Order: sequence, then structure tokens, then C-alpha cells
Amino acid sequence: MLTLLSVWFIVPFCGGILFVEQLNQVSFGGYPLGFWIAQQGSIYTFLLLILIYAVRMDRLDDKFGVSERDGEGRRQ
Amino acid sequence: MSNIQIWTLVFIILSFGVYITIAWRSRVAETKGFYVAGQGIPTVANGAAIAADWMSAASFISMAGLIAFLGSDGSIYLMGWTGGYVLLAMLIAPYLRKWGKFTVPEFVGDRYSELVRTVAAGAAIIISFTYVVGQMNGGGIVFSRFLNININGGVLIAAAIIFTYAVLGGMKGITWTQVAQYTVLIIAYLIPAFAVAQAITGIPIPQVSFGQILNELNALSAEFGLDRYTEAFTARPMIDIFLVTLTLMVGTAGLPHVIIRFYTTKTVRGSRYSAFWALLFIALLYTTAPAVGAFTKFNLLEGVQGRSVDQLPQWIENWRATGLVSVDPNATTIESVSNSADAGADLTVNNDILVLASPEIAGLPAPIVGLVAAGGMAAAMSTAAGLLLVISSSVSHDFYFRRFRKHADDRERLLVGRVAMAGAVIVAVIAGINPPAFVAQVVAFAFGLAASSFFPAIVMGIFWKRCNDKGAAAGMIAGLAVTITYMIYTLEVFGTSENEPILDISPEAIGVIGAAVNFIVAIIVSKLTTPPPKHLEEMVENLRYPADRRTEPVSGGTDSTES
Repeated sequence: MLTLLSVWFIVPFCGGILFVEQLNQVSFGGYPLGFWIAQQGSIYTFLLLILIYAVRMDRLDDKFGVSERDGEGRRQ
Repeated sequence: MSNIQIWTLVFIILSFGVYITIAWRSRVAETKGFYVAGQGIPTVANGAAIAADWMSAASFISMAGLIAFLGSDGSIYLMGWTGGYVLLAMLIAPYLRKWGKFTVPEFVGDRYSELVRTVAAGAAIIISFTYVVGQMNGGGIVFSRFLNININGGVLIAAAIIFTYAVLGGMKGITWTQVAQYTVLIIAYLIPAFAVAQAITGIPIPQVSFGQILNELNALSAEFGLDRYTEAFTARPMIDIFLVTLTLMVGTAGLPHVIIRFYTTKTVRGSRYSAFWALLFIALLYTTAPAVGAFTKFNLLEGVQGRSVDQLPQWIENWRATGLVSVDPNATTIESVSNSADAGADLTVNNDILVLASPEIAGLPAPIVGLVAAGGMAAAMSTAAGLLLVISSSVSHDFYFRRFRKHADDRERLLVGRVAMAGAVIVAVIAGINPPAFVAQVVAFAFGLAASSFFPAIVMGIFWKRCNDKGAAAGMIAGLAVTITYMIYTLEVFGTSENEPILDISPEAIGVIGAAVNFIVAIIVSKLTTPPPKHLEEMVENLRYPADRRTEPVSGGTDSTES
């Protein structure tokens, strides 16, 4: 989870704000890269992070036997 | 009546009819249904409801316009208003769903003490109230431009509809109408954006194609004497961008009307996936918004460049009546464009109209213009309803029944919940018609207040067992004090004078510093006072496990992502 949170911090704040001017020198499919991270890329990153978190928590809950299941062992 | 007005009327009546039908079908008869929709909302539907709840008139109507004028620095809203969901999904939502009650102050109250609960309920009411007034106003703008009735009439009509479904159906009615409203608003946002992208670049996906016009837009901006569109830090310095973005993220994760939406899922697991679906639905609009901003600015600048005043496009004439677009009477040709009346440009365009006017600016047909109007209404109404529920539950559930009638039965609780909701709608209408002068400024600061009060108290309540009631109360009060003092210091509110910001930190950015103060004070005070009682530590321990530990193995069951 700490890894996920550090990605949450690094991508928008370093990529989209702190080093945006340097990254803007690089072109990414017509966009300056820093500009693209700030206006598009960071949102996709957030989405991916939540999905990874939810899936990994499912596994973790199963491993420790605390996931929510109905009588037949299906996920609720 | 013009073509545009007829189509607007058609779409607004159709969509309002749908909302009322849904409300009637989801009437509730008990408090659990009224406050948390009986905890029976499917994950994807809840995601859509969160998205509609969250995306307000500001997201739909104002954001692309702000980005168009701020250029690269408009990213603060894009990153700030989406990044908070990562914090919500990982740090808050699943734990509060596990604990499973009705309101946010209730969690703080159980975890710490009744005093903290009362402070929290007060903060929830102030935050939600400042926010709701902005929604009422946004609805009024849509009505006044598209149907030519005055803003007051528009506010009244919107409030009457919200009143019907919120009082009848409570959270259940609100949730299902929000699902419908999400559908309306996203269609209304995407169709014109796709059409404009197709017309300008030949690629209908705006997220992909707006990169192609950025060079031309930079060149065009330069001719108007504006900053290069993709250049960073033209509107705000770096430190301010950094702090504003962080404040918006932390504030999002602390907004009570967003948090209570996670109480309505069936399971803890459902609340994690709800956050995913919510952000997916939000991202559809948020990744389109920068494209809409860039395309609209491009069309706008190209449409007026070097034109003489009597040859301006028709949309300028249409919008002049609202007072949100104005042409300098001394100008003969348009050589400068601005979003601020103080700049003295030849053409002044308010941020708030860019999205609503974008189909007209691009010359799209009347039905699309009408659809956008219905989308703007959906965005304003869905958020207003969610906020009104927070106000109603804080007043009835956290004040009235805690302080005065501790043993009321379910029928009485439901009745009082409804009366409080009705009262909240009426106050919101009055404030929407006569907005207090400082409201417009305070709306953005609802985030600062939420960031500096709720977020630290909730996160420490979940992750740090040693945190006690005195620490939490002291932290919240210190965080709020820092934030409010700085806002009053830098802004003209309540008759105080405006001072220069310290270290380039704008008042929107102070929330995260308030949150840091909150954390530090809470940690120090908690360490110096006695630890919380045993049963609270057990309660916190319990929050971390979605279900009781089972002894039999769980293999063999089939997975279904739908919960």
C-alpha cells in the first residue's frame, strides 16, 4: 500500500508539477509530456492504482480468511 | 421561441420526468433507507451515483472554462479533484463502511467523544451549505440563458424537483436519481466534445486529438497577447500549484457528502470497487474537460480574431443578454480576449459559459445545445441533493436526537429527517436567490475546511489506536483555526480587508497546511494525555477486517466482481 501511495504522490506532483518544464521538452504524441501527465496521465494513473489496490485487498482478505462470503463461499 | 429553447425545454422536461418517476418508485419507509439506502446499492450503480454526487455545477459548467483560461495551470483542478479518490479508496471508504452507520460525525463521535461529534456536525453543515448555494446558482444560470426565465424562477423549479425526490426517497431516491443524472450529464458532455473533436481534427476521441491543435493554439494565444497555452506556471507559482493540488485531493477525501455515499454499498469489498467505478465515471468527464477547454478556446479565438465588432458570431449576441459576455463599446475589431472584466479587453467572456456555449461556438445544431443545458441541470441537482442529505442528517441525526430526544422511535426519526430535509431545501433556495456576497469565494474553500478538519480526524481514528478524544478535538480546532484565519487574512470576507498572501500561498492552498497542523497537534496532545479506553481500541482493530475470521477454507467458490 505504501508503494501505491508513493506512486500516487510521485506521478502528479513530480511529473505534473515539479519537473513539468523539463518534461515539456519531450513530445508525447503531439503533447508536451509534462502537460500530458498533468492533464491526462495522472488521472489514468489514479484509476489504475485503485484497481490494483482493490484486487490486492481481495487476495489479502482471502489469505487471512476475513473476506465477506455467503454460505456457499461465494463473494458477496 | 427559438429552436434552441424548444429543444432545451424538451430535454429538461424529459429528464425531470425521469427523476420524478424514479423518486416515486424508490420511496422509503424506514430511517436506514432514508440515510444509507438500506445499504443495498450495487457497486457499479453506487459508482455512478458517487460520480454524479461529486461532479457539481463547477465540474460540468465551470471547469473546462477555467482550464481554457488558465491553460496548463488548470491542471490543479484535474489532478486535485481526481487524486482524492485514491486516498478515499485506500484510507477511508472501506473502513467506514465496515463500521457502518449513518453519518460522518457519527463515526468521529463513536471513535472519540460526543464533543468531537458536535464540532464535526457543525463543520459538516457549514461545508455542505456553502457548497449547495453554488449549485443552486449554477442551475439558475442554465435556466436564465436557455429558457429566458429569470434566475429566481429557475432556482425555484430546480428546488421543487429536488424537494420531491429527496424528501420522499431520502438516500435511496437520491441514489437512483443520481444514477440517471450521471447518465444524462455524461452524454450531454461527451456528445458535443466528440462532435467538436471530429470537426476540428477528424479524430472523434477528444482525449487523443486535442494534442494536435496545441501548437496552433499556442501561436493563436500569442497573437492575442496571452500566455502560451501549454506553458506551466503562468497563472500561479509552483509552490502554490503544488499546495492547491494537495489541498483539493485531501479535501475531496474529507468531504462528508462523498464519504457517506460509501456507506450505501452492500459490502466492504463493494466500497473499494465503488471507488474504482466512481473514478472511472469521473475520469470520463475529467479527461474530456481539458480537451473541451482547448478546443473551445481555439474556436473562440479563431472565430473572433480580427473581426470587426458588427460581424461577430451569433453566439456572442445570444449570451450578451445574460451579462456573462461583453464587448468593449470602444472597440472596433477584437484584438484581445479575457475572462476578467477588470482586464479591459475588447471581448470579455466569463469562465462559466464556455461549456454551455461550446456547441454554439462550434456551430452545432440546436438539439445538442438543449442536451448540454439538461446536463448542466443534472450536474447541479445531483450534487445539491447529496449535500442536502448531509445537512438533513447532521441536523436531525447528530444534533436533534443526540441532544434532545435520545429515545425516539423509527417513525419519529424518519419524520424529523424529512422535516430537516425540507427545511434545508427552503434555506438553500433563499440563499440561492440572494447569494451572500462571500459565497462564491467560500465554495472553493469548503475543500480547505474539509481537508483541515475531517481528513486528519478520520485517518487517525482508523490507523492510530493511541489517538484519543482530546487529541482529535484539539487537532480539529487548531487545523480549522489556521485555515480560517489565513482565509480571512487574505480575502475580503465579513468586512475584513485583503492582505497579500504570504510566500505566494493562495487562500485555496492553505487547507493542506491546516491539515498538517491538525495532525501535529493531535499527535502531541494525544501523547500527553491518557490513552483511549480498551473498547475503543477493539473497535479500531475490528474496522480493519471486512468480516469475522472463518475456519473453513473458501476455495471452490466462484468469484463475481459484481457485489
